[in-house]
Amino acid sequence: MNIHEYQTKELLRGYGVPVPNGRVAHNVDNAATVAEELGGERWVVKAQIHAGGRGKGGGVKVASSLDEVRQITDQLIGSNLVTPQTGADGRLVQRVLVEQACDINKEYYLGLVIDRGSQRITVIASASGGMDIEEVAKTTPEKVVREPVDPGVGLREFQCRKIAANIGLKGKQIHAATKLMRALYRCFRDQDALMAEINPLAEVNGGQLMALDAKMSFDGNALYRLPAITELRDFDEEDPKEVEATGHGLNYIALDGNVGCIVNGAGLAMATMDAISFHQGKPANFLDVGGGASPEKVGNAFRIVLADPNVKIILVNIFAGINRCDWIAEGLIKAMQDQQIGVPIVVRLAGTNVEKGAQMLAASGLDFIMADNLDDAATKVMATLGEQGA
Amino acid sequence: MSVFVHKHSRVIIQGFTGQHATFHAEESMANGTNVVGGVTPGKGGQIHLERPVFDTVSQAVEETGADVSGIFVPPPFAADAIMEALEAGIGVVVVIADGIPVQDMVRVKRYASDRNAIIIGPNTPGIITPAACKVGIMPSHIYQPGRIGVVSRSGTLNYEAVQQMSALGMGQSTSVGIGGDPVNGTDFVTVLRAFEEDPETDAVIMIGEIGGPQEVDAARWARENMSKPVVGFVAGISAPPGRRMGHAGAIISGESDTANAKMDLMEELGVHVVRNPALIGETAHRVFS
Repeated sequence: MNIHEYQTKELLRGYGVPVPNGRVAHNVDNAATVAEELGGERWVVKAQIHAGGRGKGGGVKVASSLDEVRQITDQLIGSNLVTPQTGADGRLVQRVLVEQACDINKEYYLGLVIDRGSQRITVIASASGGMDIEEVAKTTPEKVVREPVDPGVGLREFQCRKIAANIGLKGKQIHAATKLMRALYRCFRDQDALMAEINPLAEVNGGQLMALDAKMSFDGNALYRLPAITELRDFDEEDPKEVEATGHGLNYIALDGNVGCIVNGAGLAMATMDAISFHQGKPANFLDVGGGASPEKVGNAFRIVLADPNVKIILVNIFAGINRCDWIAEGLIKAMQDQQIGVPIVVRLAGTNVEKGAQMLAASGLDFIMADNLDDAATKVMATLGEQGA
Repeated sequence: MSVFVHKHSRVIIQGFTGQHATFHAEESMANGTNVVGGVTPGKGGQIHLERPVFDTVSQAVEETGADVSGIFVPPPFAADAIMEALEAGIGVVVVIADGIPVQDMVRVKRYASDRNAIIIGPNTPGIITPAACKVGIMPSHIYQPGRIGVVSRSGTLNYEAVQQMSALGMGQSTSVGIGGDPVNGTDFVTVLRAFEEDPETDAVIMIGEIGGPQEVDAARWARENMSKPVVGFVAGISAPPGRRMGHAGAIISGESDTANAKMDLMEELGVHVVRNPALIGETAHRVFS
């Protein structure tokens, strides 16, 4: 789960990570008031959307007067900000973060991730701040410092000093960086984060270190014990169809093809998409109905897949372990009867209660195209699409 | 001998009296698994499925000599249950739960690091040595005894591969689901090593997914250390970067962990790669015979 920059900064401030003075604003007057109360002569106005690359998209601007704060806020709020991460449609800006501007002497990168190699929380730091860290890691891997954290003892001070020294910090900054890193780690650990990124970590005016930009994402599986984080969720930043699917216990991701897919299990769902692609078809979505797929769940899956106007055919591929093919069949029949399904449906059933499920579909008199296995299913999808001239 | 579980394994179920646990324990017992008891805190002393229920894992181990545990407790309680099993000296811990917080697993792995145990999962259908021992939720009837080891991150894709194998008359020595989470108990290398050392396994099918380095790490290990042939597939050729595909671990985070990039590297390292998931069985049949 992702949150906005202003929320991340408030959270980090609470843990003792130095961040610029600033507040969120929802309209022009609000932004001017915030700037006035903050004081100073220059402010940074930052569009608050979840996607990265906002600077490149024109979503981060410096204002030298309160009028300018108003102008920039007026431009940003209500506009669709397009960044390298939003896609061509962009994302609607509904609020801005107004901060006191600082003079930057030097920029560093500081991040925490759960590293799959070491299977531990790992600090990543670099003297090349303000840049894409993956690019830095690719071109100059020696400039990226990695330090895994032993969960038994946490991030130790000596480790922080080592990291700070390795990215070129000196004197008092080493102690300041140590404090900052440990605060960030505590926040990461307490709040079940999956990723935290301070980019840039800047050396400002008098040599002080400050998190100029901050991004965090949190473990959706841990939200039950994170009431404060759960409240920060912004559904406007998520695909409404994906939110609806999650509400029904389905895992749905929209893609740009025309073959709708309804599958159980993430691995098989991906493999089904792959099999379609192997036959030169294009999947319209990833959809995992999960374990224990009730007839209602199957009906909801159909509704969500069919809401995509590009879908010309649906492939249902179920390999029931914890699921039961007869439940799936019941859901299929009901969906066909209740919903206006104007596209052909190819069905492949296997596993628990497969005979019963297949019999139910045959006895229904409805027009299902039955497939024996994955290859047969993909072949029949493409043949049927071919007949339609799609 | 098969790997990790066999017909002499003495299995307990944690969360024994729950609905899913009961269903799958019964199914396992009907297929020859030696379930010797179970644990449900607060229900110690009861009898369930004609087996004793204990309050703690250490009591269960003491009374029954259990050496394998299937953990069927809900995700928020799973980390604790795994550590309890490890502390009681269980050698093979199978974790079915899907949705354990990642940092819980980071702590579990630290706790497990100086204990000589195998953790299978989480987010796995489990492990099965056909006709001998099943700890998990997979449909037993698609598996048949044989000499091919299967290891996969995905559950249902494991079933898919097994059915393709069975249709061609190839049975399994053991099938292991290592699970779809980014931090998991056992990696591919550990399972490959066990298959290499197992005299009853002749060859291995390894099924991976987008995200992370472990399939390539395993292929690298296999080139140096394995005499048995490996057929490999990585799901998610058509997955877009940056989108998590269901499993917490299945997300493309760089150029090197796309399905095709991984399969190219695996091929270079000597794995017999199959690019069409519908042909896993056929490819294995051709390579292994």
